[in-house]
Amino acid sequence: MPVLMDDVAGRAEPRPAPGGATGSPRRGWWTSRRRDQLAGLLFVTPQLVGTALFVLLPLGLVVWYSLHEWNVLADTFDFVGTENYRELIDDPKLPGVLRSTLFFSVGLVVFNLALALLLAVLLNQRLRGTVVFRTLFFSPVVVSLVAWTIVWGFLLQDNGGVNGVAGAVGLDGPNWLRGEWTALLSVIVVQVVKNVGLNMVLFLAALQGVPAELYEAARVEGASRWTQFRRITVPLISPTILLTSIITVVGALQVFAQIAVLTQGGPGTSTTVLVYYLYQQAFQFHQFGYGSTLSVLLFLIVLTLTVVQWRMRRKWVFHEQ
Amino acid sequence: MRKRLTAVVALAAMLGLSACGGGDSADSDGPVSLRMTTWSANEAHLKLFNEIAAEYQSSHPNIAKITFDPIPFESYTTTLTTQIAGGNPPDLAWVLENAAPDFVSSGALLPLDETLRKTDGYAFDELAPAATKLWQADGKLYGYPFSTSPFGIFVNTDLVKAAGAKSPAELIATNAWTWENAVTTASAVAAGTGKAGLVVRDFDYKGWDNLSTIWTGWGAQAWSADGKTCGFNATEMVDAMTFLHRAIFTAKALPGPGTAADFFAGEAGMTITQISRASLLEKQKFGWDLVPLPAGPKGAYSVIGQGGMGVLKKGKHADAAADFLAFLTNPANSAKLAQFFPPPRTPLLTAATLAKTNPLLKPAQLQSVVIDGIANGVVKPNHTGQAELSQAVRSALDPMWKADADVRAVLDGVCSAINPLLAK
Repeated sequence: MPVLMDDVAGRAEPRPAPGGATGSPRRGWWTSRRRDQLAGLLFVTPQLVGTALFVLLPLGLVVWYSLHEWNVLADTFDFVGTENYRELIDDPKLPGVLRSTLFFSVGLVVFNLALALLLAVLLNQRLRGTVVFRTLFFSPVVVSLVAWTIVWGFLLQDNGGVNGVAGAVGLDGPNWLRGEWTALLSVIVVQVVKNVGLNMVLFLAALQGVPAELYEAARVEGASRWTQFRRITVPLISPTILLTSIITVVGALQVFAQIAVLTQGGPGTSTTVLVYYLYQQAFQFHQFGYGSTLSVLLFLIVLTLTVVQWRMRRKWVFHEQ
Repeated sequence: MRKRLTAVVALAAMLGLSACGGGDSADSDGPVSLRMTTWSANEAHLKLFNEIAAEYQSSHPNIAKITFDPIPFESYTTTLTTQIAGGNPPDLAWVLENAAPDFVSSGALLPLDETLRKTDGYAFDELAPAATKLWQADGKLYGYPFSTSPFGIFVNTDLVKAAGAKSPAELIATNAWTWENAVTTASAVAAGTGKAGLVVRDFDYKGWDNLSTIWTGWGAQAWSADGKTCGFNATEMVDAMTFLHRAIFTAKALPGPGTAADFFAGEAGMTITQISRASLLEKQKFGWDLVPLPAGPKGAYSVIGQGGMGVLKKGKHADAAADFLAFLTNPANSAKLAQFFPPPRTPLLTAATLAKTNPLLKPAQLQSVVIDGIANGVVKPNHTGQAELSQAVRSALDPMWKADADVRAVLDGVCSAINPLLAK
């Protein structure tokens, strides 16, 4: 125990020997501080190696590839400098792709966060059966994404389940995946229903952390439910709103499987979002260099939006301290 | 600086390979393993391949293992290309006709002539020139066209009878098997049974190249033979597409966009597809028939889909793979493969020979659909850079799949979209 105490207090330095000698030079170098540093380094090394190999290196490679024209079949890899970036600026399809990406992302984020918050508020009540409903709304999160999307593909067909239900109540549903706006809306809805449960759970956790006394005090002061929600609930769960909005924005910009399975970017190019477009360029058209350039663009967009959201937190995220 | 960066990239690639790879190294002296990608996961197909592979291994102790790696058809070429890009190419691969120009012209495939010609008993000259044309460049053969399969129409005779319509067999007997009459029959099935009339399999309002099975009857083509001129706004194509548009939206002979119907599940009266699909009918309880494509305004015609087998130059054991390919496609094994895939060997292309290995099909069906089809057939559209072209056509054709579409204007739009690609 005394040794441990010494270690903890950082007093395990070798004491000078009489006459001023410090014992062996090795023992003098091997201090507890250095031992702690080494231990710390050993603990973080796997993570650092993993990050370097699987995050930084691929990121660097993508930037490197974006400076090349790479034809996989012909096995050519030619340095072209900024040629791919010039092509990016002149690409006539890119404005349409970015427009689709914007509409999809905004629609998804707004629908997802609004629905998740609404569900969380409703399921935060002390009523019978809320656990069952929480499970029901969360269950799509754990379903395989591709299987989920294939099933929705059948439901959204002209003669599918959604229009069958609409027909049962006298409505004539559209051909969801064949109309430009309905196709985009369909992909958004499929994605929202799939993942809304995750944000709902995060909101639920945040709501349960709001002190009940604040609501009691507000009620005594005569505040309405809406005022309580606006003045107490929203500010106190604002850190969670920030977190979920960042996660959802990043997720929205990276949506791929739903587009690939449901619409393949169509009809026309109405659902060709940036990730699907870069997939087409790299993996279908074999233009890996240009595909990498589009990846760099996507990375910069995600980075910019995340930094902007993070900086804006000072203005609207409530911190108790 | 550039050399250093290249070294970093090479190191990274090596790290990636060492992390993800496995199997034999290129310079290994020991037994080698071969991998072949296919787009068929059909048990009967794989069983036959494995039997042939086992026979080959018994006489080639240097081959430790031969595996057949099925990849879903929808993403086949993309997955194959990704495997090549990722440094994990298969040794052998099936290649679709629409990807053939890219694979053959790029030099991705090993020339096969020398290996095939020097293989004992291979009978290289039996390969029909019409079948090998797509797989040649500079006088060399880069792919063995293991399947040259004409499109025909499978008919659910029970549904046609239930609808009280004239069956294709009756129409053929009276020399009236035309597209007009085929659509009339399909329309009657749709109206009378509530099922779909005619399904162009694998089209689904996206895979437009399957429509060549219809428009070729009008003498239309997607682009000129030299691949330089768009054919979508030519009179023949406008006429064919106008006919098709009416068949979909006026006659309701084809299921509309966004409506699924599977012939092999008994949900449609007729379907346009290839004979290799006949195996899906083995356990069906409804009556069925196989007939050639109806005649168009330009008379009788046939359309062929092709699949080739190639050896990837970047594969780890290209020479061993070429040797196995020579065994897999020799006359004896070609005859075995013929039960699923019409072969390019002329002596095997007789109704009597094919009937031995195609018990589900009658000799008359094989003669009219397969033998005559191969003799007169036009290969489905193919072009270098087909994936990009295909995407551009699909996107530009989408406005046509509405009841009030202006067919000519849409087809002009298709040419505007693909002309820059054809000019490349």
